Amino acid sequence: MLNYVIKRLFSMIPVLVGISILLFFMLRMLPGDPAQVLAGQMASPEEIETIRKQLGLDRPVYEQYLSYLGRLVRLDLGRSARTQNPVIEEIWARLPNTALLAVVAIGLACLFGIPAGVISAVRPYTWVDYAVTMGALFGISMPVFWLGLMLVVVFAVVLRWLPAGGTGSWQHVVLPSVTLASFVVAFIARMTRSTMLETLSLDYISTARSKGLKEEVVVIKHALKNALIPIVTVVGLQFGLLLGGAVLTETVFAWPGIGRLIVDSILARDYPVIQGTILIFGLLYILVNLAVDILYVVIDPRIRYE
Amino acid sequence: MTVNAEPLLRVENLYTRFDTMDGVVTAVDGIDFDVHAGETLGLVGESGCGKSVTALSILRLLRCPPARIEGRILFGGRDLLQLDADAVRSVRGREISMIFQEPMTSLNPVLAIGEQVAEGVRLHQRLSRRESWQRAVEMLQKVQIPSPEIRAAQYPHKFSGGMRQRAMIAMALSCGPKLILADEPTTALDVTIQAQIMSLMMQLKQELNTAIVLITHDLGIVAETASRVIVMYAGQIMEEAPVRDLFKDPRHPYTRGLLGSVPVIGRGQRPNRRLQEIPGMVPSPLRMPAGCRFHPRCPQVAPRCCHEAPPMVLLGEHRRVRCWLETV
Amino acid sequence: MSEETEPNVCRPAELPSENRWRRFWVKLRRNKAAVAGGVLLLLYVFCALLAPVLFRGDPAAPNLILALEPPSFKDPLGTDELGRSILGRVIYGARISLLIAVGVIAVGLLIGVPLGLISGFFGGKVDFLIQRATDAMLAFPGFLLALALVSVLGVGINNTVISIGISMIPLYIRLVRSCVLTVREEVYVEAARAAGTRDGMILLRHILPNVMVPITVQTSLGMGTAILFAAGLGFLGIGVQPPTPEWGAMLGSARAYLFNAPHVATFPGIAIFLAVLSFNLLGDGLRDALDPRFKI
Repeated sequence: MLNYVIKRLFSMIPVLVGISILLFFMLRMLPGDPAQVLAGQMASPEEIETIRKQLGLDRPVYEQYLSYLGRLVRLDLGRSARTQNPVIEEIWARLPNTALLAVVAIGLACLFGIPAGVISAVRPYTWVDYAVTMGALFGISMPVFWLGLMLVVVFAVVLRWLPAGGTGSWQHVVLPSVTLASFVVAFIARMTRSTMLETLSLDYISTARSKGLKEEVVVIKHALKNALIPIVTVVGLQFGLLLGGAVLTETVFAWPGIGRLIVDSILARDYPVIQGTILIFGLLYILVNLAVDILYVVIDPRIRYE
Repeated sequence: MTVNAEPLLRVENLYTRFDTMDGVVTAVDGIDFDVHAGETLGLVGESGCGKSVTALSILRLLRCPPARIEGRILFGGRDLLQLDADAVRSVRGREISMIFQEPMTSLNPVLAIGEQVAEGVRLHQRLSRRESWQRAVEMLQKVQIPSPEIRAAQYPHKFSGGMRQRAMIAMALSCGPKLILADEPTTALDVTIQAQIMSLMMQLKQELNTAIVLITHDLGIVAETASRVIVMYAGQIMEEAPVRDLFKDPRHPYTRGLLGSVPVIGRGQRPNRRLQEIPGMVPSPLRMPAGCRFHPRCPQVAPRCCHEAPPMVLLGEHRRVRCWLETV
Repeated sequence: MSEETEPNVCRPAELPSENRWRRFWVKLRRNKAAVAGGVLLLLYVFCALLAPVLFRGDPAAPNLILALEPPSFKDPLGTDELGRSILGRVIYGARISLLIAVGVIAVGLLIGVPLGLISGFFGGKVDFLIQRATDAMLAFPGFLLALALVSVLGVGINNTVISIGISMIPLYIRLVRSCVLTVREEVYVEAARAAGTRDGMILLRHILPNVMVPITVQTSLGMGTAILFAAGLGFLGIGVQPPTPEWGAMLGSARAYLFNAPHVATFPGIAIFLAVLSFNLLGDGLRDALDPRFKI
């Protein structure tokens, strides 16, 4: 098991190298002087000179890349052109906010999406199924940021039950996490439905029924436990969408997370922060996929990683 | 065999139809038969003839819709088709249980074997978790699975095909049912293992006095185990006979065709005798031929067979055949 | 109980016969949801083509006297913060969004499909290189990849199309490659190769037609995603820029007036929602009609 985790961690290396190459050339693609770009428009000539030395722009490209990689490994992502704070600090300060939102949203999405999908699969082609299927389709077609705005109008402007944005109390978490969950819940419900439909038609379900088990037991103990394996994969993949959605949701609710940070940095052309946040997003995504792989072992007895 | 006793199971005029996008498919087309306590009834025919659907209809394991089941299935004085869902569940596994064809896919991959045997016992005999597990281990021992305590805690992927089928048998017998519907129980197994599994089933059947409906397309197995045989074709019963009579004197051309395609190794036979096949294919259930359903493939076809369906002709007790040849 | 052949991710189908297409049409027409999606989509195309007829005047010209008017007889959907008719802007917005969607898919198809074909058909080093690049791109969720590209390329409609288009390329590469791998082993492809048919010919005549089914489905669903992504970028202020009437950008500026004029934020959102919904309904219907077993 431990060996497997280590092996999987090593297999992340090529992807990480790929990401770093993408990020490295991202700046070289920009028109103009990379040192100037990294330092920001307000920087003094001395500051630009320091960065130029640091980047070693006079040296060959592969050397530049290697020293860039060296700095990445030490999590030295440079300083923000706007605030002059180290990028890593800017990210650390906001990461918990985004994590809170993501975890609550995923939790909500599973809590509602899985039962909805199961009910829909157990009663296929009935009105319940059509309601869930249509609801899910609406969910994946809905722009999250618009849903967020509408929730603000209803719950903050008209009803005055919840704050329109910001942080501080549990009430502040409700609207952003519901907004973020709406999208994922639809995906999970769709996936759960199709997986359960397939699972319920398998031979061992007939075996279970032939024993005289109650339908609830057949569905939950025999079918859902199997269907969870693909469902977990999808939840893991949805985490990526969730991160994308977080950028929009955090903007709607002025939520101080890394999604908001990346948008502000793009608007301010603060390239060190843009690079840093994108790197962190990529890293998070890969780590979640790893966690999903490990979760398989818990659910599926057939997998025993050596 | 005593034939006057009240049968254990009586199937009367059973029709099973499926509504599909291309039209209504009649998989079982008006069949009737009896099963007596403790006997082994062979139900044979090519794949697609409706024998599996018959078994699934008896336990009402088909999803309705798209399936529609009509007729009467009398078991212990009750019509299973009239029972509510709870009552049907109390019959399943306790009084009638089923063994499926594919041992590789009929066991739940994420539950331990012991649990899959124990859950039925726990439900029907109201035993505790521990007692039912104990019973599961006993059952695994009974089907000759070595070191059953250890095996019970394992998952199906650790079991070979034969071992899985033993576990299925343990599961089917765990509540001491009066009837087992065995749907091609050995088809998916190696020949040597087939024999072991069949002899195990027969031995346990004797011990527990359980009746078996053995669904198969393998006449060799039927010859060794069944006392009576029903031959099905395209959803209908073509012939019924005690096993000895069927093999000695098959009356329906289809039965003769089936027997012709069984390799017989023994006296008077050249070892490499060519296996005979019945020419043609099983008709599509959407386009059943008019008249006798077997006429397009029948070597003895007469003009009448093409447009007039033959009646079932009774030739004696448990001896009937659906063919114009027998009507003269 | 149908006569379908073995289910397969990418059914190496016999070339579509007359009968098969008719069956497909019957199935698609019988699917009410897909028909609704198709009708809705036609409505959008209609709006996009006839925008100047449906709405006279300049949708970008401000008229401050009429700012933030609620829906009325004159302006059925009300006016925005600069007094422009929201109805007019929503109608013109259909043009922008459909244009973006078509552009995005064009970028994705033109680059992704050839790369996927090459990667799957030739294998070897080329395949390895293309696949590692795809892995790296897929390490980012699609929207973030588009965001990263926009941060480099800058804002505006062209850069929106390019960024989202590039972020779709790896999806097409993966899809096409996996199909090619299945089809490549088919007997008739082997036969063509044995008969000395050139690689380019095999790709065009035998492999591409089989890949069309999943590409069609992916394209319909992809257009919905493209509209959603473009609106997201517009909303964040890093996509299409005001005063161009783009739905997402309209929502971005409407945020400031949520408290006193919520209608400004309502209608562009409905426009996005219904447009994306129409593509998703159609995509699901196409998938079911082409091959119910096929999943993306």
